[in-house]
Amino acid sequence: MAIKDYIRERFFPHLWCSGCGHGMVLNALLRAIEALDIHKSDIVMVSGIGCSSRISGYVDFHTMHTIHGRALAFATGVKMSRPELNLIVPMGDGDALAIGGNHFIHTARRNIDMTAIIMNNRIYGMTGGQYSPLSGFGTMATTAPYSNIDHDFDVVELAKAAGASFVARSTTYHVQQLTNILKAAILHKGFSAVEVLSQCPEYFGRKNKMGTPADMLEYYKENTTTIGSKKKQENPDLLERGIFVQNDIPEYCSEYDKIIEQAKKTSGGKTK
Amino acid sequence: MEKCRIIFSGSGGQGIITAAVILAEAAVLHEDMMAVQSQVYGPQARGGVSRSDVIISDSRIDFPKVIQPNVLVCLTQASYNTYSPMIRPGGLLLSDEKYVSTDRKAEARQISLPMYEAVMEKIKKPVVFNICVLGVLISLTKLVKPESIMKVLETRIPSELVKLNRKALDIGIQMGAKHFRG
Amino acid sequence: MINNIKFIQGNEACVEGALYAGLDFFAGYPITPSTEIAEMMSIRLPQIGGKFLQMEDEIASMCAIIGASLTGHKVLTATSGPGFSLKQEALGYAIMAEIPCVIVNVQRGGPSTGNPTHVSQGDVNQSRWGTHGDHAIIVLTASNHQDVFAITVEAFNMAETYRTPVILLFDEVVGHMRERLVIPEKGDIPLVQRLKTAIKRDVDYHPYLPREDGRLPMSDFGEDHRYNVTGLFHDMWGFPTDNPQVVHGLLRHLVDKINNNVHQIARLKEYFLEDATTILISYGSSARSALHLGSALHLAKERRTRGERLGLIELQTLWPFPYGIIRQKCENARFIVVVEMNMGQMLHEIKLAVNNPEKVFLANRIDGELITPDDIKKIIRLIQGKGV
Repeated sequence: MAIKDYIRERFFPHLWCSGCGHGMVLNALLRAIEALDIHKSDIVMVSGIGCSSRISGYVDFHTMHTIHGRALAFATGVKMSRPELNLIVPMGDGDALAIGGNHFIHTARRNIDMTAIIMNNRIYGMTGGQYSPLSGFGTMATTAPYSNIDHDFDVVELAKAAGASFVARSTTYHVQQLTNILKAAILHKGFSAVEVLSQCPEYFGRKNKMGTPADMLEYYKENTTTIGSKKKQENPDLLERGIFVQNDIPEYCSEYDKIIEQAKKTSGGKTK
Repeated sequence: MEKCRIIFSGSGGQGIITAAVILAEAAVLHEDMMAVQSQVYGPQARGGVSRSDVIISDSRIDFPKVIQPNVLVCLTQASYNTYSPMIRPGGLLLSDEKYVSTDRKAEARQISLPMYEAVMEKIKKPVVFNICVLGVLISLTKLVKPESIMKVLETRIPSELVKLNRKALDIGIQMGAKHFRG
Repeated sequence: MINNIKFIQGNEACVEGALYAGLDFFAGYPITPSTEIAEMMSIRLPQIGGKFLQMEDEIASMCAIIGASLTGHKVLTATSGPGFSLKQEALGYAIMAEIPCVIVNVQRGGPSTGNPTHVSQGDVNQSRWGTHGDHAIIVLTASNHQDVFAITVEAFNMAETYRTPVILLFDEVVGHMRERLVIPEKGDIPLVQRLKTAIKRDVDYHPYLPREDGRLPMSDFGEDHRYNVTGLFHDMWGFPTDNPQVVHGLLRHLVDKINNNVHQIARLKEYFLEDATTILISYGSSARSALHLGSALHLAKERRTRGERLGLIELQTLWPFPYGIIRQKCENARFIVVVEMNMGQMLHEIKLAVNNPEKVFLANRIDGELITPDDIKKIIRLIQGKGV
């Protein structure tokens, strides 16, 4: 199937600002799905609220555009009730880690099979440029006019600590790597957390003098490196990209199937 | 029959709520009567004064709480002090000698029996104390048949404990029989 | 038939009703006094191949059942007071996206943490207006276990019929007390199943285009029709729009589909109304106290002839409020006494409903204890000018 067949073409051009990274994430995701040859009716995309969450409107899957921060909880209900479906949950950094932070760590802990994509642009774009939990100390935002004193999360470390069985990071510059990581994440049986650094030239970039969209992509190129590379040893400040965790541990829906088996046995097939 | 309104009171862990549920369930499932059981919730249920209300009747029960019990069971001094003033004149107040000194005047028939002591002497397991109390109660009131209590117990406890509970129930029934006034 | 007779808590009667209705997905979070519902579900659902989820909070529980409903399942969550507050945003989503689901709130004392182990009926208005924005909602209640069972089945039926969340507003007394429940035979209470679209694959399906009878056939997530579900105002395909005509039409539809069917949705029970001069109106556990008093007076026939003719209307549908029905039934009453355990939440609607609001009085109790027949009797005597 061609990439075009995966989108709802009538809604293009998309609503994202020119230079925004989110379209590149969509592109990489569609390429990953195409390569895996998954039928469109076997995919459910659940998103929350924010710029990133509008991605669900553009794809021709079963799509659910929900409420702020709760996409993973809705997705958990879909997945548990119909485990054969592939769940993809794109979220923004505020969506996933501020208002939705609790759902993020608990969904990771449960290890329910779904792919969470954290499109990290370090800012609340939809509301016009307020600082997010990933903006970082010293950045500027419309609600940090004197400089931000909030420290940021490291999404990868957070996901690891919460027990995610697949944890990865890439950027909108590294589209090949991103596609490959998303492929692996979707195939992984368990909770996959993929952080994608995605540029917001309109708000984060402008407020923090990051230059043009191309400059911001250049920044990803210059300031990241593959996991365990020689460059990382030479320059510890570089942010690592790649798959950090890929563990085969019991998946939630499969484990619940065992509970059903056990419960049916103890009740002797009767419903009491 | 007239509605019988019962309050079981004591301290958390004495099994009074279980006793109340078993009695009411026996009446409903095995004697074709109506019954309502309710209890005080919260930390009291795990220590402190605990209370459970049971109403048994042969017709529909609307108001489910007991305001003035015909039958009051008190298994601690604190519960005796709290609830004995509530008893309906002419009612029955059952307490345990070990825990309660029945030093208050009540316009009721006060029966204090060494139920706990009897259980410890003959069975040596305090866990069936509440079943012994239930035995005394049904022996004094004839609310339900012992078999009905046993039928409920059989669905609630492991089979190896049924005999032990039967023994406790019988000890209670015998103790109560001595005080039964037809 | 002893297997069909149970001696259980009201919370368990609700579980039995839900399972009878075909529930096979539950998500919840422990909170007093509704926790027994979650505990029972965790035992019973896997026995029938259903799913039980204990989520990280009440918000997530509400979201999870909405997700599961979209794959074609009958779903429930249960909570109390503070948890019900947390569910409100997602409840609004289910209203907007027209997703059938049932939410139980076993009421306790509030506001805030309030009086967790004690009874209250303080959430009547929250159940109506808890989530933001204009909307209509169905809220049902019951006062005894047989009715808890039946109204729970009804809640699932209405959720499917109107494609909407339905709230079951029980209270601590009914939830926790144990009494007899006779489980009806299969088929005794009719069940409404999910109305599914007959439109074939690759033919344009409109998830939000009502049929002529107002119902909207659904297509399960995972089936052939791929569509969008959103909390934004949306067109008949489910895609966001701010077109004023569409926005207007959708909001009207959401409100009308419920409020125009108030007579189909209204459930109430009447006792001794024929010659009643004073009518008690109550619901939930306080209706038991009112009925106790009403029955006692009814049995004492000489008192009825002496003029103490007390009737009772027990509301089972709280919202949409059946104004017309109440107006008609109260036409000849000299006094109307609303018995509830709050500061007069239904009182307000009943005053709006009747011809003479000045004859409507409140008999309430707000201290965490169940209002007694004696409490009501004293208040009636005061209202009638007889003193206590």
